[in-house]
Amino acid sequence: MKWLGLVGLALVALALAVLLGPAHVPLAELGTSEIVRNLRVPRALLGFVVGGSLAVAGAGLQALVRNPLADPFLLGLSGGAGLGAVAAIAWHLGGPWALPLAAFAGALAAMALVFRLGLVGGAELDPRVLLLAGVAVGAFAGAVTTAIVSLSEAAQLRNAFLWLWGGLSGASWEALLIVCLYVPVPLVTLFAAARPLDLLALGEEPARYLGADVTAVKRRVYIAASLLTAAAVAVSGVIGFVGLMVPHLCRGVWGQRHRALLPASFLGGGVLLVLADTAARVVVAPHELPVGIVTALLGVPLFAVLLRRWTVT
Amino acid sequence: MDRDLILALRDVTARYPGASRDALVGVSLDVRAGDFVAVLGPNGSGKTTLVRVALGLRSPAVGTTLVLGRPAAAWGRRALARLVAVVAQREDNLFPQRVRETVLLGRYPHLSPWGAERAEDREAVTRALERCDATALGDRWIWTLSGGEYQRVRLARALAQEPRLLVLDEPTASLDIRHEMELFELVRALVDAPAGGLAAVMITHHVNLAARFADRVLLLDAGRVAAHGRPADVLTRETVERVFAWPVAIQPFDDRPQMIPLRKPSP
Repeated sequence: MKWLGLVGLALVALALAVLLGPAHVPLAELGTSEIVRNLRVPRALLGFVVGGSLAVAGAGLQALVRNPLADPFLLGLSGGAGLGAVAAIAWHLGGPWALPLAAFAGALAAMALVFRLGLVGGAELDPRVLLLAGVAVGAFAGAVTTAIVSLSEAAQLRNAFLWLWGGLSGASWEALLIVCLYVPVPLVTLFAAARPLDLLALGEEPARYLGADVTAVKRRVYIAASLLTAAAVAVSGVIGFVGLMVPHLCRGVWGQRHRALLPASFLGGGVLLVLADTAARVVVAPHELPVGIVTALLGVPLFAVLLRRWTVT
Repeated sequence: MDRDLILALRDVTARYPGASRDALVGVSLDVRAGDFVAVLGPNGSGKTTLVRVALGLRSPAVGTTLVLGRPAAAWGRRALARLVAVVAQREDNLFPQRVRETVLLGRYPHLSPWGAERAEDREAVTRALERCDATALGDRWIWTLSGGEYQRVRLARALAQEPRLLVLDEPTASLDIRHEMELFELVRALVDAPAGGLAAVMITHHVNLAARFADRVLLLDAGRVAAHGRPADVLTRETVERVFAWPVAIQPFDDRPQMIPLRKPSP
């Protein structure tokens, strides 16, 4: 029943994203419209996959670093991606793929650095150190990013700023195809770690005694979640709150078991981002808000209500 | 091969990285089906390390640890978790969970990574809850349980693993008299159950309960075996005073030695 509801919600969100937009497309022309075929449909699908990926990455990282506050960008990836993207903008790197590739490279560099710092004694990934390393690397990259932005021209500055708040305006069938080829591997890796992640919530030692290969699971989950986030940030910039909120919303309905939580988070993240992106396109048309602003405006009040309910009971 | 010899430590020496002394020195221990072994010793004497080394979480620097004749480190964690269940000293509950869900975690070593839990897994959970007198708790949230209830639930999770060896690390810490007696009685009953053939290793600070319930006592002192054998042979006044550095009297009760700590004589 709840699965049916969620799938229904996903279809409604996708339908709304295709129907609504700054340009009015009559229902009769929906099938033939260039706007729908080349802009709205790939954008809606890309938003769905990105939102789902961010939510799954968030759910996995929350269990990995054993902190319900974790989100995909906590571990320094947004900082690295932001630095890459802003550098590409400032240096006028040309071509449609320069920005996503630079962001992706920045995210991977940050991930590699955080991973290396998190490997205590060369072998074991320590989630607490990972968290600290992520915050530190993120802060450092943020400082360099701001330095570059402050030295660039006004037009570039605006581009960089908009990119940092996330948006799906770069969506295309090619981008969707690349993401759809890339995303399944880390996604399946995370789904396969569902049971060990349940055990990890008890602590590393109890998890080992219950049969989890904790060392391998930690590495796999960290790398898979980071790769998902890096892809998301490459095609859509830094979209906050989806990875933090959606897993918690899904925990409320599906419980704590990752076998249900991860797929539910994927669908829920997709729904949230597609709705947020539709709002971002429509509300201030013909202008467009960065979608990260919408997820924050929608998400923060919702989250505050939930937080209150949890702490009261 | 001796099928009943579940756990065998031979001359095990172990040291934590960066530590200035060995945590275990030349420790040997055999645990067979139907054994109830209590591990006693002061804080920091190596009791928990013994479990970690025995079950392959740490490798010994010297010596071997064998589970069913095979080196502990050579076992996969899942296969080992089907043989040995551990109620660790500490665990967290990061996210809220109900009792039945947490007991079901004990079935994970029996499940395939993709498959759902089967009817037999749900039955094993029900059986484990029954054996620990925790059936009524099934739908409660973990965080609403009292200390005694929580320990029963954790024991039920260990039993849901359907292990041949049960290891408990200070399971009665902070329990009142009734709950600690119930827990010892339960472990004794599990070991004595005719069909089970379960072995139990319990780390505890309750010298007197260990003496009354366990078949054997392993007394550790700074990582070394101070004494090992039947409670009456191990828990003598000289040995206990030396290891725990406190004057005691030993009196028999029900044919088992009971220890009474003495007041320091006033100067």
